[in-house]
Amino acid sequence: MTQLALVIDLNVCVGCHACVTSCKQWNTSGQAGPLFDDNPFTKDPTGTFFNRVQTYEIGEFPNTETLHFPKSCLHCEDAPCVPVCPTGASHKRSEDGIVLVDYDKCIGCKYCSWACPYGMREFDEHQKVMKKCTLCVDRIYDESLPERDRKPACVLACPTSARLFGDVHDPDSEVSVAIRESGGYQLMPEWGTKPANHYLPRRKTKMRIHEDELVRVDNPLKKEDIRHETSKNVSLDDWLM
Amino acid sequence: MSETAQVLAEGRIEVKNTTCYMCACRCGIRVHLRDGEVRYIQGNPDHPLNKGVICAKGSSGIMKQYSPARLTKPLKRKEGALRGDAQFEEISWDEAFATLEERLGNIRATDPKKFALFTGRDQMQALTGLFAKNFGTPNYAAHGGFCSVNMAAGMIYTIGGSFWEFGGPDLERAKLFVMIGTAEDHHSNPLKIELSRFKRNGGRFISINPVRTGYSAIADEWIPIKPGTDGALLLAITHEIIKTGLYDRDFLLQYSNSAELVNLDENSTEYGMFVRAEVPEEEGCFDPQNKLWWDRNSNKAVVCRTQGADPRLLGEFQLQDGTPVKPAFQLLKERVEQYTPEWAANITGIPAATIRRLAHEMGITARDEKIELPIAWTDVWDNEHQSVTGNPVAFHAMRGLAAHSNGFQAIRALSILMSILGTIDRPGGFRHKAPFPRPIPPCPKTPTGPEDVQPNSPLNGMPLGWPADPDDLFVDDKGEPVRIDKGFSWEHPLSVHGLMHNAITNAWRQDPYAIDTLFIFMANMAWNSSMNTDEVRRMLNDKDENGEYKIPFLVVADAFQSEMVAYADLVLPDTTYLERHDVMSMLDRPISEYDGPVDSVRIPVVAPTGECKPFQEVLLELGSRLKLPVFTREDGSRKYRDYPDFVTNFETAPGSGIGFLAGWRGKSGEKGMKGEPNPDQWKMYEKNNCVYHYHLPKSYQYMRNWNQGYLQWAQEHSLTRYDEPINIHIYSEVLQKFRLAAQGKSQGKQPPDRLRKRVETYFDPLPFYFETLEGQVSDKHKYPLNAVTQRPMAMYHSWDSQNAWLRQIHTYNFLYVHPSTARSAGIEEEGWMWVESMHGKVRCLCRYSEAVEPGTVWTWNAVGKASGAWNLDGSANESKQGFLLNHVISEELPASESGEHISNSDPVTGQAGWYDVRVRIYPASADEEKVTFPQYDTMPAVPGTPKRRPWQNYFAGLFQKNN
Amino acid sequence: MHPTFAVIFLTTLIGVGQGLFLALFTEQSYSAAKLLPTQESSFYVTGSFIALAFLIGGLIAAIGHLGKPIYMITRAWRGVTQWRTSWLSRELILMPVVMFLVFLYGLVHLLGLDADLFGSSELNGQLTLIIGTVSTAAVFALFIATAMIYASIKFLQEWACALTVANYLLLGSASGFTLASAYAAFTAPELVTFYAGWAMIITFAGFITRSGSLIRNARIKYKSTLQTAIGVRHTKVQQKAMGMMGGSFNTREFFHGKTAAFLKSIKWIFLVLVFPIPLLLLWAGMDGSKALLVLAFATQYVGLLFERWFFFAQANHPQNLYYQTV
Repeated sequence: MTQLALVIDLNVCVGCHACVTSCKQWNTSGQAGPLFDDNPFTKDPTGTFFNRVQTYEIGEFPNTETLHFPKSCLHCEDAPCVPVCPTGASHKRSEDGIVLVDYDKCIGCKYCSWACPYGMREFDEHQKVMKKCTLCVDRIYDESLPERDRKPACVLACPTSARLFGDVHDPDSEVSVAIRESGGYQLMPEWGTKPANHYLPRRKTKMRIHEDELVRVDNPLKKEDIRHETSKNVSLDDWLM
Repeated sequence: MSETAQVLAEGRIEVKNTTCYMCACRCGIRVHLRDGEVRYIQGNPDHPLNKGVICAKGSSGIMKQYSPARLTKPLKRKEGALRGDAQFEEISWDEAFATLEERLGNIRATDPKKFALFTGRDQMQALTGLFAKNFGTPNYAAHGGFCSVNMAAGMIYTIGGSFWEFGGPDLERAKLFVMIGTAEDHHSNPLKIELSRFKRNGGRFISINPVRTGYSAIADEWIPIKPGTDGALLLAITHEIIKTGLYDRDFLLQYSNSAELVNLDENSTEYGMFVRAEVPEEEGCFDPQNKLWWDRNSNKAVVCRTQGADPRLLGEFQLQDGTPVKPAFQLLKERVEQYTPEWAANITGIPAATIRRLAHEMGITARDEKIELPIAWTDVWDNEHQSVTGNPVAFHAMRGLAAHSNGFQAIRALSILMSILGTIDRPGGFRHKAPFPRPIPPCPKTPTGPEDVQPNSPLNGMPLGWPADPDDLFVDDKGEPVRIDKGFSWEHPLSVHGLMHNAITNAWRQDPYAIDTLFIFMANMAWNSSMNTDEVRRMLNDKDENGEYKIPFLVVADAFQSEMVAYADLVLPDTTYLERHDVMSMLDRPISEYDGPVDSVRIPVVAPTGECKPFQEVLLELGSRLKLPVFTREDGSRKYRDYPDFVTNFETAPGSGIGFLAGWRGKSGEKGMKGEPNPDQWKMYEKNNCVYHYHLPKSYQYMRNWNQGYLQWAQEHSLTRYDEPINIHIYSEVLQKFRLAAQGKSQGKQPPDRLRKRVETYFDPLPFYFETLEGQVSDKHKYPLNAVTQRPMAMYHSWDSQNAWLRQIHTYNFLYVHPSTARSAGIEEEGWMWVESMHGKVRCLCRYSEAVEPGTVWTWNAVGKASGAWNLDGSANESKQGFLLNHVISEELPASESGEHISNSDPVTGQAGWYDVRVRIYPASADEEKVTFPQYDTMPAVPGTPKRRPWQNYFAGLFQKNN
Repeated sequence: MHPTFAVIFLTTLIGVGQGLFLALFTEQSYSAAKLLPTQESSFYVTGSFIALAFLIGGLIAAIGHLGKPIYMITRAWRGVTQWRTSWLSRELILMPVVMFLVFLYGLVHLLGLDADLFGSSELNGQLTLIIGTVSTAAVFALFIATAMIYASIKFLQEWACALTVANYLLLGSASGFTLASAYAAFTAPELVTFYAGWAMIITFAGFITRSGSLIRNARIKYKSTLQTAIGVRHTKVQQKAMGMMGGSFNTREFFHGKTAAFLKSIKWIFLVLVFPIPLLLLWAGMDGSKALLVLAFATQYVGLLFERWFFFAQANHPQNLYYQTV
């Protein structure tokens, strides 16, 4: 069975927020929209976004890591937000595992958002229904789009291609290979939600310098004749028979 | 069916290609429209620059297009209202043009230099420069002087190219990548694409930066450094590389002036100059191959590149006439001997062992991971090479390295380090982008004296140029500046991008003279684009004893209600990027790739809002009314219908075949780079993703400074004037010429006495480290910290606080302080604090950070706004919690022997020393107001700005309908 | 969590209604067993209608918890569909069931309908006893469903505990029995001691379980940490940016926005208002003092509003790990 998901490569995410606003622009005018903005030009602007990028600092100076952390619905395989919904508005599609909200069924009780340990849902204060990442379900099956564009807007936008998209149940998919080979992990595994989205950790390239690499016969300084006169010294040659 | 569902089902969708302008990166975009409203801006997958990706800003273009900060009507300051009050009345374009025509016509007929045109990051310098030149004013520059001119000048004067538009790191093949300082806002998407690929390919990424944000976050190693000490680090690395013999000797011999012999006869007027075999026949802006080598075989001086000669890089020799000489590389070696890692450790805060390791990593990677590509090429000396080789160590730096008053020499040091590693225009190292490499220095020159500025005449020279020696300076017979910004004068001889950051202060002080009209396009000089913002705002509003403004007439052209707009006497509403034609021209700063020249265009995707008019059309109209030669036929009638017509038909000279666009030239578009105007050129760009990409043959893609095929091609296609080699200037004779003048040893132009020592000191032909000018005169016990800014990737300068989406990401800014630094100053996390320099102080919010060097504090640039500007409400966080560091940075240095009002800039290039400021920090007291300081009266919304919605649901096709 | 008044009123009001019904039916059961004097049917009729009024009050409060009131008519019916998985759905089903049964109970009393179903002519009100028994089961189910809405969210560790169910049951019942004491003071003074006694017992039991949950919650070891939230193993991880600065649903819905000291004071207020003061007033009101018993109920109910506010505020949602710089 198909389970579509994103794999987010923290190793290359530079925290540019491209995924945040590309998601917003696609979805506000799409099937999931509109996505409101409150106080857009006054104090404390706020609005509905399906995706955010956060920043963390790990460790202490000078051994500090700065981590940029994109955060959107994880489309859990055992999604706790789905069974709690009283109306069936919150559902997980059997055909591709995408967790969606049917705005026409939602009563806006927000219970699903309580039941999501990750805080991945956003309540629309104007339409009064719960909204969330749809994995751009209105793009990925749209046959009027060229094949290469049938991806979530965030995936298309991401300048570092830190967002991979595919079927995590297909062992040969790009996402499965990345999870397997690059140490993909899930968030808060302790709750058994089995998030479909995975994150790939930072990986470091180090260089080891061997001492003999610094002392070489082809050292160009030798070409400049910067060497001491040695031939006149008495040597063992003068003594050994 | 709901309204949205109906629009979704029935809306009319169109997709149009154009070029983004949410920052200066210039990605290709596909704009999807629904019922004429922007529905989705997608990165164009077929565009060579961004290959389909798009950033946060680009994705938020919709909110810029429909921003309430948009100016939509020409405005005139109300009678009796003060500048800064933003009290305007609407006027017609006719009135605006008539006003300008009369005023500028008078100026041009009497004293053209009284008109000053300064522009921001406008991407149309080819046109604005042409306008200024034809007007006849020397007072023109764009924002480069306060941006990264050190980066341009330092590298171009050394290797004939630079980063960003001019060249960049070849991350496709590099194994080690070193990024120095903040560089996030230049060439951002391409660099992000490459950085990711580089890391995935297992490359090692080292970031040297006082702060770990942005790209540095994903570095394999972060090396914190004290701001303004990069030169010390680079010189110490060079020291170690030379000491351990890790430099690329062959590369230096063949492709730089390392082996060329320098005259060291202290009594000679040629002291410090290369010894030449003969006087060249033709004087041109190229480097004649007439210098000497010391040949190992014959043990005597020979003309360089003599067949069979084996030159020495090190040693000291005597010519037959007794002149003592040394190869340039020997001088470099002697220069860096003092710069030991231990010495640099004290200055930079980086342990000596780390500096050594860095040098070893660079040197060993360069030497042992050599790349060899099976690409045959021929050098300018007719030597055939079977392959292209490269040393895979790449660097990148921009403003972090540049925005210091010692930046030019630091960047010279970087260029030299890159050169001794043998990485110039080779795979895995630094790669040029057309039209670079250019001669060192490039050919264009400014006028050289006041007589070049004449009424009703074009300027005799380019408004901006590349001085090669003191005689190229633009000074009067006393050696004093002719330009209002004092560019190309002895204060800042190589100010190749001008000094826009001093234009207002100088005009206000009427030093060197008073001007009449200051025309500012798209530059927020009353806010984040000025140093000493508070004072500059006062100057803009200052009157003389007769009650007249010191700067009599101020015109501002902008698309948005910026802080600067408040000070205008006349406001001209510009369009957004989605509403106009633009060209990223080969004559300006094109978007070329490593593999060949690329230029691109914008084509309008929506109609202009209100009465907005593209600034190009304004210039064309004005130019025609003023009868500037370039815009006028011989009979005095208007030559070009509109800007697209101008772009199609303009040629740099009659019949030159060179115009603003390089693609699809020739009658039917059959020619590239050069050819007669093609009436359908725009259509062909439109059909081809708005971009023209000329792919050079592989054999022309590398070693272009010395690549015969490339240089001949470039000459044929008029990218360069000469097909002569462009040797790397390890030793800069250009700088030595200025030094000799300052020492009174040369004929020709001489600096005023007060500047002799300054020029002598800083025009060192070899890179050297000196403390920043501001650092030298700062009390470091009183002001122990450095303060710098970084560039948020989701916001471009001051542009995006009006953007409903982007401002949710950066709504206000903190001062980031290391916890130990903050605690010892008694400042709490999230507490209110003061940051104070010897020039001023601001109150702001503190946030602790482990990702900053403890001697440095930093904030995001230009998030803070003046109350009411950009049509934000007076309560907006940007003005109440956001702040601008500019208030503590001065545009001038304290008085010294060099002068009372010397710019706070690099003494060589005039690059604004943004990052030199020294500060102290202390907590705000509990009874202080919990807002940032300074605060300004709330700027009212000016007439014509769109309604500010209390909340909004953007849905393309419905948004404006539901207004 | 950010406490919402709709839910605070909903849960406390239906708690009173359910408790009052239990009080009425307990009395009827005692009386059927001849342990208490038989009451006029008006006692049950008025009593159950008061209970119904509280339930309806709760329902009205619940409307406030929906996105739009109109959803109550247009969409809430869908709430019955997910009873297999959703405790909220179960609550939505049980609320009208309980209301109907309580209404029916009152109605049957009002109409004096009866039938000899057990073949024991001595036992009066068999029909109401059956309805009451069914209602009691429904009331218990509703208590459980309401409590399980919270207790079933396993990562809300303050809630995910049997004590949550016990608290909803006991605190709702206690408030109902306290109200019944006051009601009896007006309508059946001889029952005051009975009701006040039970009210004190249940209140005391509630005190035990609620204190138990406070003690438990003070010692909770959270399973989720910032480290598991973002998957980084390091002892020192600090958030520097949440991704927005003007607030979001995440920062509004899951944070009470009050200081720890404020929370602590609310805790002490409810501990005093819900338990000792009503206990004292009930004890003092055993002589039938209407004022004291009304005061006992009022105090306890107000206390329960504080208790419920605290219940929500104290729950620390793991999503807050992602929003450390609120």
